[in-house]
Amino acid sequence: MTITKLLGSAALALLPMAGGALAQEAGTELPPCDNCSDSMVIMSWGGAYQNSQLKAYVEPYEALTGITVTWDESSNEAIAKLRAAQEAGNMPFDLVDVEGPDSQRACDEGLAVEIDADEALAPGDDGSKPSDDFGDSLINDCYIPQIYFSTTFGYRTDVAEWNGQTPDDICDIFDTETFPGKRSLQSSPKKNLEWALICDGVPAEDVYDVLDEDGGVERALAKLDTIKGDVIWWTAGAETPQLLADKEVVMGSTYNGRLFSVIAEQKQPVAMLWDYQNFDFDGWIVPAGLDEARMNRTMHFLRFATDTQRLADQAKYIAYGPARASSQPLVSTHADLGIEMAPYMPTNPENMKNYLVNNIEWWADHQDEVEATFQNWLAQ
Amino acid sequence: MADATITGGLPTGREARPASPEPMLAADGTLLRASLARSLRRQKARALLLIAPLLLFILVTFVLPIGDMLFRSVENAIVPETLPRTVAALRDDPAEVPGEAVFDALYTDLVVAEEYKIHTQLGTRLNYEFGGASSLFRGAGRHVGKFDTDVYADQFGDANPAFADPGRWAAWMADDAVRAALPQTTDAYDAWAKFTVDVHGDDPAEEDLGDFVYAALYRDLAAGAQPPGLPSVDVSGFEAVSLKQQFVDDDEGWGEPEIWTTLRTFSPRFTAGYYLNAVDLKIGPQGIELREGSDRIYIQLFIRTLILSVTITATCILLGYPVAFLLASLPMRSANLLMILVLLPFWTSLLVRTSAWKVLLQQQGVINDLLVWAGVLSDSGRLVMINNQTGTIIAMTHILLPFMILPLYSVMKGIPPSYVRAAKSLGANDWTAFWRVYFPQSVPGIGAGSILVFILAIGYYITPELVGGTKGVFISNRIAYHISDSLNWGLAAALGTILLAVVLLLYWAYDRLVGIDNVKLGG
Amino acid sequence: MALPTYASTGQRVWHYTFRTICGLILFYLIAPLLVVIPLSFNAQDFFTFTPEMLRLDPAGYSLQHYRDFFTNPDWQGPLWNSLAIAPVATLIAVALGTLAAVGLSQGHVPFKRAIMAILISPMIVPLIISAAGMYFFYSRIGLQGTYWGVVLAHAALGIPFVIITVTATLVGFDKSLTRAAASLGAGPMRTFWKVQMPLILPGVVSGALFAFITSFDEVVVVLFMGAAGQKTLPWQMFTGLREQISPTILAAATVLIAVSVLLLGTLELLRRRSERLRGLSPA
Repeated sequence: MTITKLLGSAALALLPMAGGALAQEAGTELPPCDNCSDSMVIMSWGGAYQNSQLKAYVEPYEALTGITVTWDESSNEAIAKLRAAQEAGNMPFDLVDVEGPDSQRACDEGLAVEIDADEALAPGDDGSKPSDDFGDSLINDCYIPQIYFSTTFGYRTDVAEWNGQTPDDICDIFDTETFPGKRSLQSSPKKNLEWALICDGVPAEDVYDVLDEDGGVERALAKLDTIKGDVIWWTAGAETPQLLADKEVVMGSTYNGRLFSVIAEQKQPVAMLWDYQNFDFDGWIVPAGLDEARMNRTMHFLRFATDTQRLADQAKYIAYGPARASSQPLVSTHADLGIEMAPYMPTNPENMKNYLVNNIEWWADHQDEVEATFQNWLAQ
Repeated sequence: MADATITGGLPTGREARPASPEPMLAADGTLLRASLARSLRRQKARALLLIAPLLLFILVTFVLPIGDMLFRSVENAIVPETLPRTVAALRDDPAEVPGEAVFDALYTDLVVAEEYKIHTQLGTRLNYEFGGASSLFRGAGRHVGKFDTDVYADQFGDANPAFADPGRWAAWMADDAVRAALPQTTDAYDAWAKFTVDVHGDDPAEEDLGDFVYAALYRDLAAGAQPPGLPSVDVSGFEAVSLKQQFVDDDEGWGEPEIWTTLRTFSPRFTAGYYLNAVDLKIGPQGIELREGSDRIYIQLFIRTLILSVTITATCILLGYPVAFLLASLPMRSANLLMILVLLPFWTSLLVRTSAWKVLLQQQGVINDLLVWAGVLSDSGRLVMINNQTGTIIAMTHILLPFMILPLYSVMKGIPPSYVRAAKSLGANDWTAFWRVYFPQSVPGIGAGSILVFILAIGYYITPELVGGTKGVFISNRIAYHISDSLNWGLAAALGTILLAVVLLLYWAYDRLVGIDNVKLGG
Repeated sequence: MALPTYASTGQRVWHYTFRTICGLILFYLIAPLLVVIPLSFNAQDFFTFTPEMLRLDPAGYSLQHYRDFFTNPDWQGPLWNSLAIAPVATLIAVALGTLAAVGLSQGHVPFKRAIMAILISPMIVPLIISAAGMYFFYSRIGLQGTYWGVVLAHAALGIPFVIITVTATLVGFDKSLTRAAASLGAGPMRTFWKVQMPLILPGVVSGALFAFITSFDEVVVVLFMGAAGQKTLPWQMFTGLREQISPTILAAATVLIAVSVLLLGTLELLRRRSERLRGLSPA
């Protein structure tokens, strides 16, 4: 898998910049935008992630251009919303933030327009071509990735019933004897099935082969059945942090950046379980059906928001790795807390002993059927 | 004014009785019966004119959308529209796994669908019926452009360079005689020309033709077509490509009967498939059959919805009856004061009340904290009252209780206290007087309140979504899921229609029992 | 239901037990609202009473969540959207609804029962079904995700309330008043505005209040029908509740409770006025 190479290089790139200073503000010489609309609606995920986008590039862009940006926090229903909008012939969104597999679906279904990265995006500040700078993260023709993130687990460090033990293996999620208490998992087969198979004895590299076999999905569900009664299912990334903080669950999966907020910003007694963290991309797609003025505005914003400095800036607010190779040396400390971000980055070698890379093509092809099976299983 | 005309002629109603055999005349000298009929007509027309704007408004903004939903629950145009050629070819091929002709049609259909990017939607649609259809279509869409059919274009080009010239093609295809002689080629060329203009914005007379047009030409010529004006070419020596083999090589699924059974079943423009799915059935090769165990969820969900709604209605009766009884028996002033306690929650936003329950019922919430503080529970033994059925029942009973109390109260207000007094004076004790005399008279109130609460409960979405977890959700939540997550709008519409039918039945019962015009709001 | 002096011990015990039970049920009805209000003044980001709060220590209380509610664009945007949608929806519902109610109250309306059933149906049909139908249909005609789409949907939902309240006031309406006006030479319009309207006004206003609160509180339909530009207050609360209960939700809830109290008070005053005008209750 070539993505792993990129992740590896990113991890290395993170190491030497322990004392990296904030790079000087770039992008002040923003080219004018001709025939552009004066407002945008951006669909994103809400919570801490949207906030990092707001701080790193939306607020600066608003300040430079005077336009207004409205947010729609429905990225977890992005495909449905786009499809409804397309049928209505009235596209309310100018830019949509989705995970890798959803970008593949949107592109396949003609819901997103194809973008020539070299033409539309700014070159890296080291002069590299965008297509080289983003490299393998340009997983399809419609997708402009911003960051890679991982889905991983957080657990409370003050659970008396655990007798001082802490979960350090992914399969501790399935061990309700040693680690009693409620868990929160995403209400989606993605990632859960992979973890279930690994804990059912499947080697990590064979996970997707097993899922492809007849009965592979059922095998994973059977493993999940063993803890079904102890699970609270979440749909929004902010739920697990909240459930952990409220002691409603003792451990739960979520995006690593959300856990950073709980641990570093809210100072909750929560720690991270990095074992078999699952990597995926998050990025932009431009919906099909925009008129010229809106398209111009969106492309103008996109060029601004994905330049080397802005992507690096985002990592000052949330612990996700920028998708541009040239941004990685610029990642440093948290903007408000002054904390070194490296230990919280999914690419930190300490955190990368075991990991999975989300197989985007497999999920784009099989999401429909596996999702249906999973939801039926959930409803029973 | 119509009224004035009548009253002018007839001072009082009593004198209007026909006393004499002469026909009655109105004040203006016309026949009274005609005059009355006219005025009645005018009155009717005016009333209808006043109602018409609203009726029209409701019909357009509300009834039509509901009708649209009914339509969606049976509509199935996506299959015949995306794969028109395949659907037609399948009609002539009864084999479990069809022969080459169907695969030829499928190839053309898929190439075209892929250009318009609609093949994935079809895959998603068929996946509702047959798990695996989605990946089959997505995969084929990605690979159909790389099939070995490019050999036809090469062979035709080698045989005569004219075949590689888009300009010549445009001229041939403008000739009706050629079109009649080459039916498959014409069909493929037209589809190609259309998407060349629609999707790419190019001129068909300048672009290289798609491989599938040459494949169609090969088929036409191999079948013995003799088009006038085309360079003659002998295709008998051409290397042929089996499209069936190409598809099966791409994915074995194309060589298995399931996908074909599914396609055949869902070829018509309308389908009962969504309704069957909504009651855990499906159309199999041997007719209608039960779905597999793991896919049987809707009957169970309908039953759960009914059980929870009945439970909530029952708790509402249990809690609402005493309060309504108290309110009805207190003097007006104190009753009004207590009524505020009922009306305030009634008037408060649903979300405010739901958030209040979320705060109260959490494991670290107010109720658990109080119980732990009072020593009833240990800190580790906190009750789980949220994200399950308990949470749904507690919160929804609270939200719907005013809808039980208000109709009960208005019925109880109308029960004369003298009956109970009479019973007591005849020797009945308190209980007998209540149970034999008072209670039967309050039953209409229970009926009205129950139907109202039940109707509202059965369609709830927000509260179960927020406090119900996975076990405390209703059929409504599933409908919402199919609308915004799985995108199975047909199934959502079918489930919605079934739910609507149940509600309308109850609505009708309510109308018979209470009369819709007797609905009162907040006393 | 005062206890008579000759009541037996058993009757006494039952009397007080019954009242206690009723008291508890009424407490169940009102307690959730009462819990929300003090918690919204919590100085911390918790949803339970902190020890400082229980000690009534002023340090345990603060207005910070209200400050957030009234300054944070995440809340102000939805608040203004709600205020832009609800009045327009109310206006449409009241204008069309009052006209139709006047029409319905006139004696001979053909198919009255059927018409009434259709007009009341938006109140009876489960919201999720209305939302689904409107979502599908408004998508087809390009209204999904627009301001007017939401306004029209909310107007449709509010109409049954207007019909019911206005029809109720018209039931007690004395027809001889319009006849008197007509015999004195007033045209139908003049009769309506000068005679009928003032008398049914309480019904119209309470119908308007119901329609307003229906739109202002509605979340299911707007969730499906609206886009980010139409995000209303209940929508924002729903998002907040699903994702994380920020105490600002409790501040918003308290503000909404205050609005309800205000509307309920207005309604009660109107009811009294209407009864006095129609001579139904002793002044």
